Amino acid sequence: MNNVIALAQGDAHIVEQDPWVFINSETELVEFSAHQKLILPFSLWQKCQPDAVLRGEQQSTQGFWLAPDEEEEPVKQWLAVVPLIALQFPSFRDGRAYTQAYVLRTRLCWAGELRAVGDVLRDQLSHMRQCGFTSFAIRTDKSVTDALKGLSGISVLYGRSVIQPLPLFRRR
Amino acid sequence: MYSYDDYDYALVRERVEQFRDQVARRLSDELAEEEFLPLRLQNGLYMQKHAYMLRVAIPYGVLSSNQLRTLAHIARTYDKGYGHFTTRQNIQFNWIQLEQTPDILDCLAAAQMHAIQTSGNCVRNVTTEAFAGVAADEIIDPRPLAELLRQWSTINPEFLFLPRKFKIAISSAEQDRAAIKVHDIGLHVYRANNGEMLLRVYVGGGLGRTPIIGLTIKDDLPWRHLLSYVEAILRVYNRHGRRDNKYKARIKILVKALGIAAFAEEVQREWQAINAGPAEITDQEYQRIAAAFVAPAYEFLPAQNFDYNTQLFKHAEFSRWVARSVIAHKVTGYAAVVISTKPGISAPPGDVTAEQMEVIALLAEQFGFGEVRVAHEQNLVLPDVRKADLFALWQALDLIGMATPNAGLLTDIIACPGGDYCSLANAKSIPIAQAIQQRFEDLDYLHDAGELSVNISGCMNACGHHHIGNIGILGVDKNGSEFYQVTLGGAQGNESRLGKVIGPAFSAAEMPDVIEKIIATYKDYREVDEPFIDVVQRIGIDPFKESLYQNSASRQQPPAEVLP
Repeated sequence: MNNVIALAQGDAHIVEQDPWVFINSETELVEFSAHQKLILPFSLWQKCQPDAVLRGEQQSTQGFWLAPDEEEEPVKQWLAVVPLIALQFPSFRDGRAYTQAYVLRTRLCWAGELRAVGDVLRDQLSHMRQCGFTSFAIRTDKSVTDALKGLSGISVLYGRSVIQPLPLFRRR
Repeated sequence: MYSYDDYDYALVRERVEQFRDQVARRLSDELAEEEFLPLRLQNGLYMQKHAYMLRVAIPYGVLSSNQLRTLAHIARTYDKGYGHFTTRQNIQFNWIQLEQTPDILDCLAAAQMHAIQTSGNCVRNVTTEAFAGVAADEIIDPRPLAELLRQWSTINPEFLFLPRKFKIAISSAEQDRAAIKVHDIGLHVYRANNGEMLLRVYVGGGLGRTPIIGLTIKDDLPWRHLLSYVEAILRVYNRHGRRDNKYKARIKILVKALGIAAFAEEVQREWQAINAGPAEITDQEYQRIAAAFVAPAYEFLPAQNFDYNTQLFKHAEFSRWVARSVIAHKVTGYAAVVISTKPGISAPPGDVTAEQMEVIALLAEQFGFGEVRVAHEQNLVLPDVRKADLFALWQALDLIGMATPNAGLLTDIIACPGGDYCSLANAKSIPIAQAIQQRFEDLDYLHDAGELSVNISGCMNACGHHHIGNIGILGVDKNGSEFYQVTLGGAQGNESRLGKVIGPAFSAAEMPDVIEKIIATYKDYREVDEPFIDVVQRIGIDPFKESLYQNSASRQQPPAEVLP
């Protein structure tokens, strides 16, 4: 993917050559069949995995993505073998992926790369980061350098979040 | 009152700078209007018919004298010299320029105020009743929990892009004066037999296109779990609320679709996963916040004051004002005073000029502890006036035209800004309110008609809360002309009810007559001092209908689609 920002040990950087290819649907699969690093729709990912991956004996080379109306619970058994999960923002005004990220991180304890895809814009990046996203595929018509400025947000968080699990009143 | 510490200041100041940058990017076209829109809304900025409107948060309706002076300064420097107080205890400035907004927000930050989340699809300003902390019938002061909720919901990253706006109200008196049952979440705080502070939680109330009275989702939530429980409700809503149709996106639609039992079960499941976590409010935090709301240094005063009693006896006008404006205080010798913002033709309901704000700020210091409240009925309140000072206060208010003795009466009209300002409105609200106020200027008539609420909204978004007015008036558009649909029997408070549509809509010119006929019918049927709402409950709307629509066969028939 192009225009990707990633966090490494909390520091943000622009990814020069992101290896991932985002696959919207099965029809796109043919074109990229030789490519290893695909981010597939979750149902398609299940179909494409070798048995060893499905048995949890081998790491998958492919990631999957969830649509905003998909539940997180069904992915639970693959968390140990998947290298990346992406969540969709069909519009930056659609906030469902924030809750999905929260659940994946805190309840299912997903610790790998969590990527925001779709209508991902500078002014929402700090919220995404708070909710546990670690990479951000910025909308391709936007400058990724500008978008970097959006990650810091506001230094005070009254409540809590994925990356700051204690509310301010327990941090005073 | 609550005072900002370094964290609060840092948050509002960083937010101002963030918005300053966003405004600059918008002005240079780096940000498209579509992308800028939710950002400006979450900073209180709407685009209206003639200019931008800035809605400033007044958390749970509490203002210091200095904050009111800041609002006066903003009204004078950046607006046309006045502001409009709203039904959600906020203030709106109607003539704002985008370029100046960051500077206005800077002014607010210096006075410990902000406009964060006063609009947008997020948790809005948390409201309570204007008499919190002083009402004689109060069980527990709701302000500490309101402040805890304010902080919790401010820039909470998971819940800034909800399906739709989300309003929370909290109250803790025998009489609900915060309209909690018409909020997305309504909270009633009470004490269990063992003294523990508990909350009754209502969910899914709201007005707008689909008016619904909220349902109880939890009867006995321990106060420590307030934040986790609200979080659980928000998470279920964020995930499952409809996003395909903005008119069906409020939580009330989700609650209705699932049924309260299934919705409650879903929330319960979510809550169980988080209720034992760090969101549990600590005693220390509650005490820290509650310390900001300890009672001021009241004097020990006698229950009876000779001078006050004499003034009441000698001045009929003063006595009339007292009868409408003075609310029982929990401390002997004190009273809470409602300052009517509804003088009639001289100013629209809720509008207060910069000069008036400054005088009220001073009066709050002179006759109180420097604190002013905003009531959900759009009036202002001085919460701590010694009864001995009431006469002097009344005289001072009279000098600025704010001693109208009409609180709770027919001319104490709740009205949205309507078609004069708002781009959503189907019809004007203010001229209707003023025409009615003008017709009923006669104080004897007004006081004889008794307790009666008239609420006007310029469109079905219901900012004027027309559904819960004893008489509700809704502006509707009929082939380009403005018509008004009337409902009867709505009520707020413990017995919240939605009014019933009385029949075909009326033209603007007919409205004062319509109200007069309704009052005449009420007077025909009332028994001794029976209030208007009780009569409507007892006899139903038919007698009112008959008096309004008899001999009206020649009236224009408005279109059927305006009737729900």
